[in-house]
Order: sequence, then C-alpha cells, then structure tokens
Amino acid sequence: MAEPVLSIRDLRKSFGALKATDGVSLDLRPGEIHALIGPNGAGKTTLIHQIAGGITPDSGEIIFLGEDIGALGVAARARRGLGRSFQISSLAPEFSALRNVMLAVQSRQGSSFRFFRPVMRDLSLTEPAMAMLERTGLASRANVPAAELSHGERRQLEIAIALALGPKAFLLDEPMAGMGPEGSRALTGFLDGLRHEAPILLVEHDMDAVFALADRISVLVYGRIIATGTVDEIRGDAEVRRAYLGEQP
Amino acid sequence: MSTALIIEQLLNGLQFGVMLFLMAAGLTLIFGVMGLINLAHGSFYMIGAFACAAVAAATGSFWIGLAASLAAAAAAGTLVEVAVIRRLYDRDHLDQVLATFALILIFSEATRWLFGSFPLYLDIPPVLAGAVALPGGAHYQLYRLAIIGIGVLVAVGLYYLISRTRLGMRIRAGESDREMIAALGVDIGTLYTMVFALGAALAGLAGALVGALQSVQVGMGEPVLILAFVVIVIGGIGSIKGALVGAVLVGLTDTLGRFLLPKLFTVFLGPADGATTGAALASMLIYIVMALILAFRPKGLFPATA
Amino acid sequence: MSRERAINLLLAALLLAMPLAALALGELFYITLATRMAILALAAVGLNFALGLGGLVSFGHAAFFGIGGYVAGILSSHAFNQTPMFSWPFEFFGSDQMPTLWLAAMLISALVALPIGAISLRTAGVYFIMITLAFAQMIYYFAISWPAYGGEDGLSIVVRNSFPGVNTAVPLTFFLVSYVLLLAALALFALVRDSRFGAALQAGRQNETRLAAVGIAPFRIRLAAFTISAAITGLAGALLADLNRFVSPSMLSWQMSGELIVLIILGGTGRLFGPVAGAMLFVLFEFVLGGLTERWQFFLGLILLGVVLFARGGLIGVLAGKARHG
Repeated sequence: MAEPVLSIRDLRKSFGALKATDGVSLDLRPGEIHALIGPNGAGKTTLIHQIAGGITPDSGEIIFLGEDIGALGVAARARRGLGRSFQISSLAPEFSALRNVMLAVQSRQGSSFRFFRPVMRDLSLTEPAMAMLERTGLASRANVPAAELSHGERRQLEIAIALALGPKAFLLDEPMAGMGPEGSRALTGFLDGLRHEAPILLVEHDMDAVFALADRISVLVYGRIIATGTVDEIRGDAEVRRAYLGEQP
Repeated sequence: MSTALIIEQLLNGLQFGVMLFLMAAGLTLIFGVMGLINLAHGSFYMIGAFACAAVAAATGSFWIGLAASLAAAAAAGTLVEVAVIRRLYDRDHLDQVLATFALILIFSEATRWLFGSFPLYLDIPPVLAGAVALPGGAHYQLYRLAIIGIGVLVAVGLYYLISRTRLGMRIRAGESDREMIAALGVDIGTLYTMVFALGAALAGLAGALVGALQSVQVGMGEPVLILAFVVIVIGGIGSIKGALVGAVLVGLTDTLGRFLLPKLFTVFLGPADGATTGAALASMLIYIVMALILAFRPKGLFPATA
Repeated sequence: MSRERAINLLLAALLLAMPLAALALGELFYITLATRMAILALAAVGLNFALGLGGLVSFGHAAFFGIGGYVAGILSSHAFNQTPMFSWPFEFFGSDQMPTLWLAAMLISALVALPIGAISLRTAGVYFIMITLAFAQMIYYFAISWPAYGGEDGLSIVVRNSFPGVNTAVPLTFFLVSYVLLLAALALFALVRDSRFGAALQAGRQNETRLAAVGIAPFRIRLAAFTISAAITGLAGALLADLNRFVSPSMLSWQMSGELIVLIILGGTGRLFGPVAGAMLFVLFEFVLGGLTERWQFFLGLILLGVVLFARGGLIGVLAGKARHG
C-alpha cells in the first residue's frame, strides 16, 4: 500500500472536562477521498482545526508528507500543501473573487514581500487565478466582491482558493453546507474528479454525497473514531448504526 | 536606607496600586461585558475629582464631596452611555477609540469652561489627617492608609457583586452570551447602562480620593487611564482578578522603581549621572515589565476564558 | 477618471495653491499653515500604511513622530554647537543637512518600531491599541525625564536645517520641500497598496484566518507594514521639528497619537488622500475655530463624534461616495 499523505497518530485535545479529540488516529492515502462523519458536536471541526494548525493538540502527531508538522503554524502548513476550505466561508470580503484567488496564487509563488509591481497587471497572478475560477464555474463573477457573492458562490470560491494553492491534500470542512440539491450534485461531481489531483479529507453531513464520493469513511463520535472502513463496511457496522445513524438494535 | 523608609514606599506603592485598581476595574468590566474600549474613562476620574473638590469647598465637608463625586461620575457615565456609547457596541474598535477620544476633548474643554484653567485643591478630611505609627518607627499618612482600605473594600464588594448577586449573574451571563441573557428576560440595554455607570462611579471615586493628595486639574485623568490600560493588559482584559493583581504590581513596581533605581545607579555612575539615569529608567520601568509579561503571556496573567 | 481621483487632484492642487496665493497676497503666515498641513498629512500617510491598509489601530504613532522630531533636533543641535554626540568609534558632530536628518529620523523610527511592533503584534484588537499607547507613553516619559536634550522644556533648533541647493529659510521653499515629500509618500502608498505586499496586508485586515490559510503568515507582513509606517511618520516628525524649529515631548504625547488617527478618519478611512483631506480640514478647524474661541477643542470633539457616528466615510467619503475595492 502506498505511504499515506497525511497521517494522524493518537491526537488528543481537551477543553476543560470536555475531550474534544480523544485519541484519534487516521490516514489519508494518495488518491482517496476519506470522509469524516459524525453527529454534531463530535469534534470534526476541532479535528480539522488541529490538522490545519489553528488549534494546538494536547498530544499526538500529525505527519504530512513524511514530516511532523505539529509545531508549525497555520500559514506554514498551508505552504507545505494543506489546502483547506472552511465550514463557514472565510474570505477577504472586500476583495473580488479574483483577488481572493490571486492571494493563494501569490502565496504559492513564494514571497509576499514585493512592494511595487501592481498585482492586477501581473499576468503570473491573474491568469492562474482566472483559470481556477473557470474550473469552479465562477469566471463570470470574477470581479464581484466576495461579500456580494451568493452563499453557494462563496462555497465555490473557497474551493477555488484551495485549488490555487496546488495542495498535496485537501481539508474540506462541509463544502456542501447550505448548497441546495443542485449545487451539491454539481460539487459532488467536481470533487469526484479532484481526488486524482490530491487526496481529500472530507467532513460532510450530506450522506448522499459522502456515500457517492468516499473511498473510506471514519466515524467520529464524542471525539473518538468508532469505525473506519469502506462505504459498505460502515453501512453494515452495527455500532455505527447504533451510535450515529440512530437505529435501535 | 531604613526599614521605615522601605515600609513607607511599599505602602505608597500599594496605595497607588489601589487607585489604579479602581480605574482598571471599571475599564475591564466594561470591556468584558460590552466589548468596548473606553478612552473617556479618565474623564470620569477627572469629573469625580472636580465634583468632590467643588462640593467640598461649597459645603465644607469632604464626605458630601465624596458622595457628590460618585453621583456626578455615575450620572456622567449614564448620560454618556445613553447618548453615545450604546451606539458603539456593534462598531469596530477604531470607531470606539475615536468616539471616546472625542468625548475626552469634550469633557476636558467643558470642565475648563466651568472651572477655569487653574487647579483646584481639596483638603484631606480632618478625621483622616495626621499619621499613624508603624512598626520600625515609621509614621504613615492615615489618609493614604484609608485609601488602601477603601480599595480593599471595593475589591471585596466587586467580588461579592459579581459572584453572589443577581446583577453579577447577569454580568457574567452577558460576558459569555448576549443572546442567553436576552432570553433570560433581562433588559440588556439597562444592564449595560448600569455596568457603565458602575465603572464610571469607581473612576470618579478614584479621582476624588486622589484629589486630596494632588491638585485637581483638567487632563489629570488620561495619564492614569493609560496606566490603567497597562494594568489590564498585564492582568488580562476582562478579568477583575487580573486588574487587582496588575494594579498592585504596577503600583509597587513604579513606586519602588522611582525610589530604588536612582539610588542603585548612583552606586555605579556617581550621584549626578546615576540619579538622572535611574530616574529616566524608572519612568520606563512599568512599560518594560509590561513588555516582558506580554512577551511570555500575550493574553496577560489571567486571560479571560473564550 | 473616477470621482475620487478628481477629488484627490483637487486636494493636491488646493494645498499647493494655498501658499502661492498667500505669497501673492503677502500673508506669509498662511504658508506656514499650508506647510503644517502637508507635514501632518505626511505623518498620517505614514500611519495609514498600518491603519488604512493593515487595519492596525496604532494609538502610539506619536512615538515615531516625536522620535523623528528629536532625531532632527538632537543631530542639528550637535552640529550647531559643534559638540560631539559621541566620540567612539569616531567623533560624530551631528548634521544640519536635511537629507541626512531625514534618513536618520526614518532609520531610528523604524528601529524603535521593530521591537514595539514585534511585541504588540503578538496581540490583536484592543490589546494592540492599548499596548501601542503604552509604549508611546513610555517614550514620552523617557523624553521628559532625560535632561540632556531639554527634558520637559523641549529642544530648540536655532537655525532651520539646510537642503543642498535651496534656501530652506524661505517659507515657500520649505513648503515645497515638504509638499514634494508628501507626494512621494502618497505615490509610495499607492504602489504598495496595489502590490503583492499590499494585497497580503489588506487581506490580513479583512480576514486574518483566510490570509494564514493560503499560507501567508500575517505577523511578518504586519511587522513590515508597522515599521514602514513608523519610518514615514518619523520623517514627518523631522520636518515638523524644522518647521517649528522646536521639538518637545508634546510631539510624543497620547493626544498627538489620537490626532494622527483623527486626521485619517476626518479625511476618510482606506483612502489614498484621506490623510491629506483630514490634515487640511484639521489645521483649518484649528485655525478657524481657534480664532473664534479658546475652547475650539470642545467643538472639534463634537465634530469628530458626529463624523464617527454619522459620517464614517469622512470628507472624501461624503464627496466621492462609497469606497471601491478591486
């Protein structure tokens, strides 16, 4: 089996008495979509934050491309290739969609300590950014400030920014949230093709999308992973049905 | 350097710290509950001092003056909260800074208008005049001891208010969750006005108490305000306990620094250079302490939760 | 041409026309007034790098304004008195050449801003405001308690420092020197705003989490902006020292820090010419209101309160409409 791209080992994080992450281990393998599901308050977003660097775990290891990134900040992890979308859209609201993506392109190209050349006349920034907007179907909205985009468009823009980083792995936190059935279907198709560019750790509540996309599923309940397996294995897992799908035995 | 002198300086530092606590407690409460940075807090200090001095001069009683200072500062606080401050809760910090900066200009000039540019003087009340003997043969001003006592009383009172009363419960709820407190059926507007007025009254009290030690003049509030900022930055914004610890730390550091550093540098640099170097360094000491604390604890000593 | 650009040109022309008209009418005092406008505008352009682009509400920029002033004052006093400022590793007698003084003012301001920024920028929001205020206060008290350069009384510059090739003692010449520096700073501001650095800085103001998530650490960007900002405000301080031929701790005071912010807000936050409009308006208020009543600050407070509560776009916002962002 190929070496995992991202590997989490025995991660723990408590907030006071609450064990938000209670010994979580999981792998993200090349080419796969690994879905992380679980009821509300299971600690999915907390886990994503720890992987991305926004929250420091109490203990455990996060190995990305063979390197322990546990001591790095958010920006340094992003530069190493962790492309992330937020549960609640997090964009630069005054910047246009294009400039939001350009920021990612700029970061990928290296230093932001360039003081004189106007970005809007810099084709090495605008062209790749525009290409990402085209891929995500936002090209016609390139010059609209992010604050004025619709909810669904903002979700798409999140993905476009993550793409522009040329990441080695995606962390997508509920990309379908609030999208509506049509948007969800379109995004499902899009993500399906994306896994060949970089594997995806996908937190998602939309079970249709999860079952359609995931190569493997991990179920997080009260900060613990109670099961990891293929779609069929998870569907058939009694504990999962009890704890999560809410069925009585 | 006698023990008596050191005890006296320690008490001076403590008294200064107590005064800073009265300022910082209001600031930190207002920030903790309403998320507001209030530069005009120093104006309430000044209003308290002027009200006390003017009323004491008119009535001949320091105590009536003291009551007047509390009333005047609380009234000014209420007025300002209703007229201006409540429009600022949802604004960003820049707007809050500017609007309350504007309030400083307005209050300072208005006070100068009313009382003229000359400082007023306030006498220590006869009951508290004189000195008490301390162990080691020192004598210490009774009035300053009284200020320390009042500060301790206020600290205890605030602790009781916040942890034991309905108002305190609402304040704690308001800090963590505005919606919940609204759901409790509490009129949040009234609560905010009360907290603001309480903070203003504490500042006014501090101004009145210090007014008998220094001259009462326009602009007296802002240097103290900035020190109170240092206090709450050190203590952790939003934490009353942090304000108390920070205030005593700043009060002692500043007083002892001014006392000891010139002496210390005199040993190395001789009397002339040593005294000036020591004094210059002492004037910067609390800021250096603040920088050091922040370098290790960016959120202060007692960071508020969340 | 957008409306804002037209207003900018108008403001620049107005500021230039004022001393020329004053000269024609023989009212030399107005040249000083215009010079004061240009210098305060320059100081506020400096602050605008941190505040307007980076959203860093520094309430301590008077520190850099005053440091610039003191650097000019101290160097020129040594040059004037021919006393060495230090004698190791070489004897240094200060300087009375403006370019040298400016460079020194910018350099020292930046050097002081670096540690202040490094500590303050570890925090955010209200902490940042209070800490920058506290550090400025520290430098203020240091200036007061350090007697070598006048302490509380301040330091006089006996003869205005010189600039190669021109006579700076002529009021109009000194105005033009200040005006050119202001335009240069505005040009720099426009360039930086539209650059990669500016994009990162502004993105950090709008959404720090987003900036970090694309792999750009906000801290270094902000520290650089804070330092550049301090250097330009320090340059303005050196000019003001030469205008007044006097530096005092009041240049370092918290009121001055507040006024610098006020200049930006009066003119319009996030606008290239906001500081210029603000400085012109402020000096005009000071002059007109100050001529009418001793209590002009009372009315300034009311006006400022009105602007914050009801006209947040400032003068340019009122004239040019809502800000556009690309």
